[in-house]
Amino acid sequence: MNWLLLLEQILNGFQLGLLLFLLAAGLTLVFGIMDMVNLAHGSFYMMGAYFCATFTGWTGSFLLGAVLTLPAVFLLGIIVEVIALRTLYSRDHLDQVMATFGLILFFNEATRLIWGPIGLVIPLPDFLNDTVEIIPGAPYPAFRLAIILVGFLVAGLLYFIVARTKLGMLIRAGASNREMIGALGVNIRLLFTLVFGLGAALAGLAGLMAGPILSVEIGMGESILILTLVVIVIGGIGSIKGAFIAAILIGLIDTVGRSFLPEILDLVLPAQTAATAAPAISSMMIYLLMALVLAIRPQGLFPPKGVGR
Amino acid sequence: MTASPRYVINAALLIFLAVLPFLTDWAGDSFYTGLVSRILILAIAALSLNLLIGYGGMVSFGHAAYIGVGAYVVGIGAFHAFEDGIDWMLNGYAQLAAALFGSAVIALIIGAISLRTRGVYFIMITMAFSQMLYFSAVGVETYGADDGLTIYSRSDMLGLIDLNNEKSLYYLIFLSLLVVLYLMHRLVGSPFGNVIRGTRSNEARMRAIGFSPYKYRLTAFVIAGVIAGYAGFLMANLNDFVSPDLMHWTRSGDLIIMIVLGGMSSLFGPLYGALAFLILEELLSSIPLTVGGLRIGEYWQLIFGPLLILIVLYARNGIDSFLPAARKEE
Repeated sequence: MNWLLLLEQILNGFQLGLLLFLLAAGLTLVFGIMDMVNLAHGSFYMMGAYFCATFTGWTGSFLLGAVLTLPAVFLLGIIVEVIALRTLYSRDHLDQVMATFGLILFFNEATRLIWGPIGLVIPLPDFLNDTVEIIPGAPYPAFRLAIILVGFLVAGLLYFIVARTKLGMLIRAGASNREMIGALGVNIRLLFTLVFGLGAALAGLAGLMAGPILSVEIGMGESILILTLVVIVIGGIGSIKGAFIAAILIGLIDTVGRSFLPEILDLVLPAQTAATAAPAISSMMIYLLMALVLAIRPQGLFPPKGVGR
Repeated sequence: MTASPRYVINAALLIFLAVLPFLTDWAGDSFYTGLVSRILILAIAALSLNLLIGYGGMVSFGHAAYIGVGAYVVGIGAFHAFEDGIDWMLNGYAQLAAALFGSAVIALIIGAISLRTRGVYFIMITMAFSQMLYFSAVGVETYGADDGLTIYSRSDMLGLIDLNNEKSLYYLIFLSLLVVLYLMHRLVGSPFGNVIRGTRSNEARMRAIGFSPYKYRLTAFVIAGVIAGYAGFLMANLNDFVSPDLMHWTRSGDLIIMIVLGGMSSLFGPLYGALAFLILEELLSSIPLTVGGLRIGEYWQLIFGPLLILIVLYARNGIDSFLPAARKEE
């Protein structure tokens, strides 16, 4: 086994995991507090990448572009919530699935109309395009390292907000019993809108960071949305802590599994079979994990307090 | 018993569908026979899904998976018959049996695990399972992986019916639709159907009067899966092609749209929904209007997306609510 490669893949796993966490944090709150299925969350991720590509083009600087993108996606989230989603909270899940599916179609098509069908490239400044030798002999891209750092920072900040501030207290209370905090006189509508905008901004942040390494293209939000849904379901809907642990877990399993599963399968299966089975099994692995978790713990690993069976 | 207006409308639709191939013959344009064939196959799948969503309250977001299973059975059979000369694998009855059995087993496994969960979790886990099947189809190089499999020869029904003839294939699909409609009608009205509907309205009461909802739900789940598998068998023969795309989660979303578009609480709803969905797609994408050098029709989803939201918000029972009421239901 190649230890340097393993180390690099573990770092990549953390990087994917933290991106997933940024998406999952917002989504799990929307699910948990508002009991709302939002399939359009991936669209904010896509819009983050597209906004950032445009703003970077205007200002000539990736960092400025990123700074402009966050409030833009925050606003977009609030607009979508106020216009389309607000009336859906009281509806059943089927209606929410349908309406947000419609939103995905709208966003994808609007993006194609505005930016054209061909993907965009976000150019990185030189200091992020470099590599860093964390361990001698193993250069690692600086930008990926930056994603890991930003991811941990945001995770810490979120933990602080949720665990230590009044807003966080309201969010936690909302996740365990939203009728009750409404009855206690909290303006729950405003809270919902705020949380929704915050979630959209986090998704936008994930999108603008994923843009330079993956590609900025239509439909980029959908493949990652499914991964995000897996994360929040494994973590327990409404739980930030669960989302964090599940996101890192999924990131590691997916990345490390994809690069090492062929070798592991080689040990137990004939080479021919292993070569054909490995790609299929490695993309199925996280879904298997999700099925396993739900079969054993139908509420996910860390359901928020107060969510009974 | 006098025929209610709704009864007349439904009957008129079926008669229209029955004579459609002759109408297109007369118009000299057989394109529409193929289009309507596709619509009717999707209607069969949507009808089976409606047993779960409309009557059982189980929002399964992975129903396209069973269509994929049925379709891949045909594709794989034709592949081996063509590549390895295994002739019996082209036998339509063997393929049909394998398609139904395969989708039943897979629905049983998926259902047994998924039905332990409720609400959002159920939606997500059924979607995850269908994505699992999607990725396994993408991963299997032998059967074309991403690119799918071209079917060089349709199922051989041993002279009973020639599937290569578009008109006989159409009538097979149409008859299948009638059978599935009748089956659903009987199923929903049966004691079994009453239990399924009862568990949707109030599970606690159903338990209190001595039913175990899990068994009934699982049975419904498998029935729906098998019917969708059958739709997949037809779909593969119509398209001469199978690909993982059949199982993508957005295809499952399309089926749900058809149900909601048509109206969930009626027998014919999914049929109207499938018709409306594909006709809307055809219509919107052929809007000739051009604004600023861009043809609007090319961006039809820009209209369809918000339309979907409006339908959800303001016309909850879909097309069904615009038809005259047959009788007071529920």
